Amino acid sequence: MNENPVDLLPELCVLAGAVIGLLSGLFLPRARQWVVAVIGAAGLVAGIGAAGVAATRPDTMAFDAFVIDPITHVSRIAVFAATLLILGLAAGAVRAHPRESEFYVLILLAALGTVAFAAAGDLLVLMAAYLLASIPGYALAGFGKDAAGTEAALKYYLMGALLGIVMLSGVTLLYGLGRATSYEMLRDGLSGAPAGAVAVGVVALLAGLAFKAGAVPGHFWVPDVTEGASPVVATFVTTVPKIGAFAALYRIAGVLPRGAVDWPLLIAIVAAATMTLGNLAAFAQDNVRRLLAYSTISQAGYLLVPVAVAGRSDLAQPALLFYVGAYALTNLGSFAVVVAVGRDRLADYAGLARRAPLLALSLVICLLGLVGTPPTAVFAGKLLMFGAAVDGRYTWLAVVAVVNSVASVFYYLRWIVPVFETAPGPHLPEAGELLRGAAMIAVGTAVATLALGIGSGVALAT
Amino acid sequence: MTVLTLVIFLPLAVALGLLVLPRLRDTAVIWVWIGACVVDLALVVAIWVGYDGGIGYETDVRWIPSVRAGYHVGVDGLSLPLLALTAVLFLACAVFSLRQTRRVRAFAALFLFLQTVCLGLFAALDLLLFFVFFDLSIVGMYFVIAGWGHGDNVRSALKFFLYTFLGSLVLLLGFIGLYLGAEPHTFDMADLTRTPPLNGSPGLAALVLLAVGVGLAIKTPTVPVHTWLPPAHTDAPAAGSAILAGVMLKMGTYGFVRIAMPMLPEPWRRYAWVVIVVGVVSVLYGALVALAQDNLKRLIAYTSVNHMGYIVLAVGAAGLAAGDVDARRLAVTGAVTQMVSHGLITGALFLLCGVLNDRGHSYDMDRYGGLARVAPVFAALTVVGAFASLGLPGLSGFIAEFQIFTGAIGSGTGAAASAAAVAILGILITAALFLRVLHRVLLGGPGELTGGVTDVRGSELAAIAPLLAASLVIGIAPRFLLDVIEPASAAVVSLVAR
Repeated sequence: MNENPVDLLPELCVLAGAVIGLLSGLFLPRARQWVVAVIGAAGLVAGIGAAGVAATRPDTMAFDAFVIDPITHVSRIAVFAATLLILGLAAGAVRAHPRESEFYVLILLAALGTVAFAAAGDLLVLMAAYLLASIPGYALAGFGKDAAGTEAALKYYLMGALLGIVMLSGVTLLYGLGRATSYEMLRDGLSGAPAGAVAVGVVALLAGLAFKAGAVPGHFWVPDVTEGASPVVATFVTTVPKIGAFAALYRIAGVLPRGAVDWPLLIAIVAAATMTLGNLAAFAQDNVRRLLAYSTISQAGYLLVPVAVAGRSDLAQPALLFYVGAYALTNLGSFAVVVAVGRDRLADYAGLARRAPLLALSLVICLLGLVGTPPTAVFAGKLLMFGAAVDGRYTWLAVVAVVNSVASVFYYLRWIVPVFETAPGPHLPEAGELLRGAAMIAVGTAVATLALGIGSGVALAT
Repeated sequence: MTVLTLVIFLPLAVALGLLVLPRLRDTAVIWVWIGACVVDLALVVAIWVGYDGGIGYETDVRWIPSVRAGYHVGVDGLSLPLLALTAVLFLACAVFSLRQTRRVRAFAALFLFLQTVCLGLFAALDLLLFFVFFDLSIVGMYFVIAGWGHGDNVRSALKFFLYTFLGSLVLLLGFIGLYLGAEPHTFDMADLTRTPPLNGSPGLAALVLLAVGVGLAIKTPTVPVHTWLPPAHTDAPAAGSAILAGVMLKMGTYGFVRIAMPMLPEPWRRYAWVVIVVGVVSVLYGALVALAQDNLKRLIAYTSVNHMGYIVLAVGAAGLAAGDVDARRLAVTGAVTQMVSHGLITGALFLLCGVLNDRGHSYDMDRYGGLARVAPVFAALTVVGAFASLGLPGLSGFIAEFQIFTGAIGSGTGAAASAAAVAILGILITAALFLRVLHRVLLGGPGELTGGVTDVRGSELAAIAPLLAASLVIGIAPRFLLDVIEPASAAVVSLVAR
């Protein structure tokens, strides 16, 4: 058994960032709490570096429960990089807040839980990671202590607790049936178990994963938290946990036994339902954060497609990993614009192109990126996703995804059109009132989505 | 960096420069735009002069090696005429826009961006690269219509985007089918043409052809997937319409000869009759609906459906394996010539529509009349454009349509001959409707808006006249064009016959 703690160096770096940040936060005066963000960022940068180094080493398994393979490498880098950008967004938004350092630490801990979720090779570790990733999230949702945030936190918490308990009962059931909690041993252990009981256990397990992924039927919290919590928290909960959830889903899809239920078909149906429902609900939204929330649900549907064809197509894994990274970046860019502008109504974005042309261009690139327009990163992800679906004999799912992609153009354009109106909206902030840091992050991510799309060959080769 | 890559990306570089550089005055912006177009056109001419058969000016750089997609570009007899057409039309639009006053910088940048996209598409020798440009053309044109259109333009632009985006994604599914069908998997057009994918599985090949065909048909557009076109054209600015009809519709028909025919020869031959039927229906339906229009711009939009129908008919006839080889070559040559000819003529006609709308703020033909008296140059240009469009000998439309019909009838199969005979009715209807246009707009007594119409200005004349002159040159001395196209169309026909 490999028990070398160095294998967990990226996680340890971030943990150190969180702990040192928390401790220094206790002693720092309120005006200088930003130092905590710097410490956290340093931890994340070190974590990304360590993950990059780890990616060059052969695959291994640490402590019999923590898989270190390409999925983990990509999840680590994507989660830490996204968290780094979100720290950047937060630094402007919660500056000099009474609990500023707690905010940064909670974000770091949730990110850490997400990576553990992605890398878990054992159901018990998965469960622990679920809690580690979720509980900071609940606190973050209610961080503002306002009515909307409290409601969001409560909804998030109730949904998470309910589906967490369902997941735990699923884990218990599978443990009893397969006499093991490690994925590898469950693969063999479950093959002889009663198919009906296995099916119940797996469905219960998937419920918790659907909650983290924001997929049907665990998606109800997404719009309320995205709208109720602060924009930075909304960015975090719609971006980072998904990365871990899809990595975990992909791992579990690979070990599901062929039994009473056709699991790929079930996941494909959930994927189709998720993308369709997310899109249909997004049509009528006038609040940009609710619109983006439903857009993230539909994106979760597309991300489920490679999960459904896991093991049936060579394209499934690159599709999932690339798409999840591209999605995280693009979604973050769109939310960064919301943070920078600080307005929630679609109509308030009228005339943005005139007041802040670069920010408006970034918004357009990110939104068209979410549609899947080349040469953005999501396009390459979508291409691989379509390819995986067709290759895995799920052409119908590819067709559903195509129809949904076209439908999604409609609501993304509902946001793009007012941006180019000549008369600025009455609530649009002046150019000087835009949050500069967030605007820079928005522009940077937009450029990065283009670079990742054009350079997708390089990214896929590694 | 090869000269072809320079041709493709020069406009984009200028566009970025326009956006980044300190604020120029509007006229300066347009002169920079015109300058970029002139340089680009000169480079295309240089490429044409230096081209010596086969695939020239080839560049193949790896892009996404894990799916074997590359930045692979090159020119041959099919792409060269369309590259030249693109360069000419974009220059004409730049000159036409000299008097543009609304958000000039963004307008110029968007058109330069579109020029890169269109040139890149015609030069692409990789399916993924082709698709990237195909999709970006939709995005660019959406912003042209939504930002600078008139009337119900936001709605028309949305319809255009949704409809053609659906087409592009169906096309992408078809491309993925080609990719997965090839051994080893690849997106490279040259490889896919050399060994057609899915040779052993006719059912799958037919499905892939369906996806590719529907995707291209929406862009072309053919009946029954043409309904996005009339509103998009009616509400687009004149230069946008000229590019949309002149260049972007060709992306669909170019896709047929570049992708569908050489890569899926067996299903293409099997379903050639479907293509022929769609072509004939488009010819007749487009002509008849155009006949019923009172809105001049809508009328020209519908004649585009009619003209694209001839091309579809020709490429369908080229798939009839039983037919005579020379006749089929003639049909493909005619199809490519028609792409160029339609681009020039319809581009000119849409710009003329723009002149009319600029003066009278209406496209309603009944509100004009007797324009020949107040605007003789405008009238003369319109007459030439109309006659070119209806296929008068001496102009490019005749050369193209004559080859198409000779090819289709001469291929020797009864079905193709009768289809062509029916399609000739389309020419008759087009002739009638253009003569009616001349009667209603140019001749007769003055209408309510005639008084406000002034003749074409210098910049407008400089934009429109060269397009019609090019049509005249092709009509009189087509050899320089046909010499380039003919070897390529012979190659396409032999590839389909495999």
